[in-house]
Amino acid sequence: MKKYLARRAVYAVITLLGVSITIFVILRILPGDPLVAILGVEGHARMTPADRERIMADLGLSAPLPVQYGHWLSDIAAGQLGKSFFRGDTVAEQILHRGPISAEIAVLSLIVSWLVGLPVGILSAFKPNSWPDGIARALSVLFIAIPGFWLGMLIVLAMLFWFGYKAPIVIVHVWQSPWENLQIVIGPALVLGLAQGAYIARMSRSCLLEVIGEDFVRTARAKGLREGFVVMRHALPNALLPVITISGVLLGFVLGGSVAVEQAFGVPGLGRALVTAVIERDIIVVQNLVLLYAVIFVVVNVLVDLSYAWLDPRIRFS
Amino acid sequence: MPAVTTAAEPQVTSVRREPLIKAVLTELARFSRRNTLAAMGGFVGAFIIFVALAAPLLAPRDPLKADFRRMNKPPDAQSLLGTDQVGRDTLSRVIYGARTSLFVAFSAVILGTTVGSLWGVACGYLRGRFDLYSQRIMEIMQAFPDLILAMAISMAIGTGLQAVIFAIAITRIPFGGRVIRSVALSVREMPYVEAGRASGGSALRIMTLHVLPQCIAPYLVLATTHLGVAIVIEAALGFLGVGVPPPTPTWGNMLADSITALVPPWWLAFFPGLAITVTVLAFNLLGDGIRDTLDPRLSPAFLRMMAGGRRS
Repeated sequence: MKKYLARRAVYAVITLLGVSITIFVILRILPGDPLVAILGVEGHARMTPADRERIMADLGLSAPLPVQYGHWLSDIAAGQLGKSFFRGDTVAEQILHRGPISAEIAVLSLIVSWLVGLPVGILSAFKPNSWPDGIARALSVLFIAIPGFWLGMLIVLAMLFWFGYKAPIVIVHVWQSPWENLQIVIGPALVLGLAQGAYIARMSRSCLLEVIGEDFVRTARAKGLREGFVVMRHALPNALLPVITISGVLLGFVLGGSVAVEQAFGVPGLGRALVTAVIERDIIVVQNLVLLYAVIFVVVNVLVDLSYAWLDPRIRFS
Repeated sequence: MPAVTTAAEPQVTSVRREPLIKAVLTELARFSRRNTLAAMGGFVGAFIIFVALAAPLLAPRDPLKADFRRMNKPPDAQSLLGTDQVGRDTLSRVIYGARTSLFVAFSAVILGTTVGSLWGVACGYLRGRFDLYSQRIMEIMQAFPDLILAMAISMAIGTGLQAVIFAIAITRIPFGGRVIRSVALSVREMPYVEAGRASGGSALRIMTLHVLPQCIAPYLVLATTHLGVAIVIEAALGFLGVGVPPPTPTWGNMLADSITALVPPWWLAFFPGLAITVTVLAFNLLGDGIRDTLDPRLSPAFLRMMAGGRRS
């Protein structure tokens, strides 16, 4: 088990190093001159060479690339993530200020997805091919297909019509006013949660059906146990493991999807910061935020794997 | 059934030659009897592809032409789905939007899945160090959430049709790579491949002539299942303002336009999104059906096993 943990951690670190190099390459080498990336071709052409050099040095972009990369890593280690080109605030401030909102949305959506998806999946598996199962499957196919940001837009529109809803402009943290905070995060969390819930319902249904066909379930039935007890106590724990894995994989979907969903709801979270930075071509901000998203994704998947090993003795002892 | 009865008279002496079209139709009919939903998905998908191809014939108006006498009009007899802030016809824009969306999605999926699959074949067949390094690289590519990677790439190489296609294609590569690699891993152990090796075929020859043909079914399944994802990513990029640049009508751009208004007109927010949903739904259903028919190896159970194999 210790060996497994260590190997998993080493692989994660290697992956993350690769991720950081990839981001650096995408954002520094592909666009050619970073000043062109920031100012656009015309803006770049209008400047004098001396100006260009001064700004480049100012931004720390005139050092050789490997040196810049090294600086970036050491800055991250020191907690210094650099500054936005266009705004006064540092990236670290942005993350601290906007991050909690996005994190809340992600966690709430996860809770929603399990609260909705799992019961629906169990219900479906109880009576496969019955009409409740049919409805559940149709809904899950539908929610997988609906783009979250569109559903978000429709909800905002409906609320605008009937309740005079306005998009939140300032961030209210949960420790400032839980009620107002909930109003900000509940919409995106519901939209993302339902989409994830659809996958979870689908997955838990098919896993449960698979497990229900196995010998030990037949034995349990043969002992005369009630069907509900058989499913909930004997089948469900065994069917849950893959559902947990898919939930971790879905996090990537949530992280990416939340960027668009935050935009739809007008929630000032980290996703919107990233979109703004991409549109403004704010390389330093994009570089750090993309890395942050990737780090979260990788770390959560490592945690999922570990929980898997913890829950399933077959993996733990092999 | 005892084998003796069949031994007496050979069952199939000659394959009856049917005209190709008839054979294809029979096959399609059988497919749709077994997979009603998938057939409906295929039908709707084919209809949307037709709309995209025939856009200039179907669209009642020029999708780019502004009409300042008819701005923000709700759906009426003159413009069936209303008009936008500068008086462009929503129906025409939705129809032309199908063109952009499908073109981007098809190109990106074909490009990404093909590159990924070829890479996967090489990994699975060659094994060894090449495979090891390739797996790490694909792991790195999969460490990014799809939409975020696509955003970063399209930002770096500039927005435009090709940039968006390229960005989405890259996010599809590791999926093709992983699945096809596992297919190649099992194919390479088969006796006929071994025979090919024994008779001195080069690795390249065996891969192209013996392994690659086995990957066609999973390739088709992969490509159809990823079409929906590609369409959503394209729409999301457009919605976020980093996709195919305006004034090109795309469904995502139209949604982005609609929320710039203080009170977005419902028809501008509703119809493009409906188009996305119906298209994605159609291709997803078709993909599920094709998967069930062509390749049981890509069933959820198999994919789970793959995910299990990932935790090395």
